[in-house]
Amino acid sequence: MQSLCRDCLTQFDTGRRCTACGSPRVTSHPELFGLTIAHMDCDAFYAAVEKRDNPDLRDKPVIIGGGRRGVVSTACYIARIKGVKSAMPMFQALKLCPEAVVVRGRMDVYVSVSREIRAMMEELTPSIEPLSLDEAFLDLSGTQRLHGAPPAVMLARLTRRMERELGITGSVGLSHNKFLAKVASDLDKPRGFSVIGKAETADFLKDKPVRLIWGVGTASQAALDKAGIRTFSDLLRWERDDLIARFGSMGDRLWHLARGQDRRRVTRNAPMKSVSNETTFYEDTADPDVLDGHIWRLSEKLSDRLKAKDIAGRVVTLKLKRANHASLTRRVSLHDPTQMADRIYRTARGLFDGAAHEGPFRLLGVGVSDITPAKDADLSGDLLDPKAGERAKAERAADKIREKFGHEAIIKGRALR
Amino acid sequence: MKISIERAALLKAVSQAQSVVERRNTIPILANVLIEAEGDAATFRATDLDIEVIDRAPAVVERAGATTVAAVTLHEIVRKLPDGALVTLTDDGASGRLTVEAGRSNFALATLPREDFPVMASSEYSSNFSAPAPLLRRLFDKSKFAISTEETRYYLNGVYMHVADADGSQVLRCVATDGHRLARIDAPLPDGAGDMPGVIVPRKTVGELRKLLDDDDMVIAVSVSETKVRFATPDITLTSKVIDGTFPDYSRVIPTGNTRKLEVDATEFAQAVDRVATVSSERSRAVKLALDEDRLVLSVNAPDSGAAEEELAVAYGDEHLEIGFNAKYLLEIASQVDRENAVFLFNSAADPTLMREGNDLSAVYVVMPMRV
Repeated sequence: MQSLCRDCLTQFDTGRRCTACGSPRVTSHPELFGLTIAHMDCDAFYAAVEKRDNPDLRDKPVIIGGGRRGVVSTACYIARIKGVKSAMPMFQALKLCPEAVVVRGRMDVYVSVSREIRAMMEELTPSIEPLSLDEAFLDLSGTQRLHGAPPAVMLARLTRRMERELGITGSVGLSHNKFLAKVASDLDKPRGFSVIGKAETADFLKDKPVRLIWGVGTASQAALDKAGIRTFSDLLRWERDDLIARFGSMGDRLWHLARGQDRRRVTRNAPMKSVSNETTFYEDTADPDVLDGHIWRLSEKLSDRLKAKDIAGRVVTLKLKRANHASLTRRVSLHDPTQMADRIYRTARGLFDGAAHEGPFRLLGVGVSDITPAKDADLSGDLLDPKAGERAKAERAADKIREKFGHEAIIKGRALR
Repeated sequence: MKISIERAALLKAVSQAQSVVERRNTIPILANVLIEAEGDAATFRATDLDIEVIDRAPAVVERAGATTVAAVTLHEIVRKLPDGALVTLTDDGASGRLTVEAGRSNFALATLPREDFPVMASSEYSSNFSAPAPLLRRLFDKSKFAISTEETRYYLNGVYMHVADADGSQVLRCVATDGHRLARIDAPLPDGAGDMPGVIVPRKTVGELRKLLDDDDMVIAVSVSETKVRFATPDITLTSKVIDGTFPDYSRVIPTGNTRKLEVDATEFAQAVDRVATVSSERSRAVKLALDEDRLVLSVNAPDSGAAEEELAVAYGDEHLEIGFNAKYLLEIASQVDRENAVFLFNSAADPTLMREGNDLSAVYVVMPMRV
């Protein structure tokens, strides 16, 4: 059986411990050196960064998330032992783990660490598909000659390097397609390395629940339950046409996934479909002035992101969540795409004015979609808003000032609301 | 109810009805046309609750009565019947079916009770006047292209018809804008229209109204109130709610200080714009106008698909100017010009441009430039 020591990267034939260094961190699999599609997922990424930067936190349960009203965005493994999970409301998390240290996320730091990891991945293969800051698919097909080592070795080297140079650990799933690679990376967390080979695919999936499939959430789960589909073997009993008839295009995908087939390629820079920002308030509010401040700040943040990526959006979306968690979304298509905070704000504000009577709200979000390159944006003015041109100039000027003197160097009064 | 009616007359009445009914509605009866037969005529009434159209057609009424039936289906049937056919509509009042007979064709259509049909409340009109069809046709035809489709600015989703002052005399004026172009069309004020309140006539109403205006000799009876507008010919009455909103002060938008004058043959210009725009498939295609003395170069540069250039001989005496426009807007505006040369008045590449026909100030267009 092909074996690899993840500590010293020695390749050998058999044994539970490394023949060279004696480490028990050995991955063995008959197809280990032949598989090329991987999913790398950092372990409790935000929390790991915080612990790295503040050693006092190392042995404490750490939760990254916002305020009393927020949700857990990441919990470290110590907090997870207590039952804290991502996306759990903060008050619930603190009930389970009152001693936890809650840290407000430092997104800028996470982004820069993520970039460093990305740079390391680039050395392995150009075929990288990031899913978020802390996870990505990698396709290492055809890189063996280049690296003089099979993909498994390069991936183990990647996580070892991340650990040594960045102090961040990650888990790798290695398989023959994206679906299984993603499933595999979750099998042996943290600091894991799991393999699902071609030969064992059917056997592996057989008794697994269908919610393993990425994208099958509570709603699809309910629909599948109704059809009596809970595990992959349930799924295997269905004819392809019947699945399509019942679940539409997802049915076809389910049919293939049931057989461990996933033909999606690892695509670099999948075109961005939308950009959005949202915020959950410290307490529910219906105060139009407070909400206006949020709309502006979110619009500005969104605009910053669009400007940084040199893109723009044609459709502006406003999302509101009421106190009872019912959400409402309003969207409008602009005449020409924009990346300007002023236009996004005014559009979102218009949408808000049409929906605001339904408050109080707990969350507000602003987003744009129908993304275009920045050069196609903000090309024409508005006859009925002759001051728009001047406001746009002022915004560009303010952007330059902020670039030079920092983000807070110049702000609008309404940002303080 | 039992009536016999000429296919052509029926088709005309039903086709207007079926274009008014709302196709995607949740109230079934709104998809129906109300047929009322009495004396020597039948009336066909359709509504979407905002617009109501009543079409009167001569018919042989054997048995007076009324019923409602799906407008679109009836229209399709009548449309497919041979020309010259005599159509008999029979409703026995008990079966819930309307029988449509013509020659050897026979149809039975489900009906809904006439009592359920919503009839638009009649209202007091504060102003009543008559206007020749060509006058209204010009006002609306030349302005409707600029109507906005943007829902957030609902008050722009129509043509603002009002009485205005133009060089000291009162005119009947129609204005439409979507914030990117604007059309302002004037016509001599018809007798009795002086006290008409300004109203925003919705886009759909403008479209329906157009069907009343084809006959040059027709005189249209116009009635206006703060909330409704009515256009009537002897056979057709079109009543519509107006948009409840304030039309923006458009006078600020129309540039008065533009001095750089370009005069160009409108047809030649429109054709040239159309040709150069071919190379770009983007939604908002920009055409660049480069102006030098008596020379205009139109160009489009689409990095992904290609480039195009065309030169036109024009009358222009000012300094060099480069300015970009959305090709579609330029085409639409140029195609409004039907008699004379198009006169463009520019200020700078960032300011609104004015366009008119020769020296005629009764039709003025404004278009916003685009960065190129």
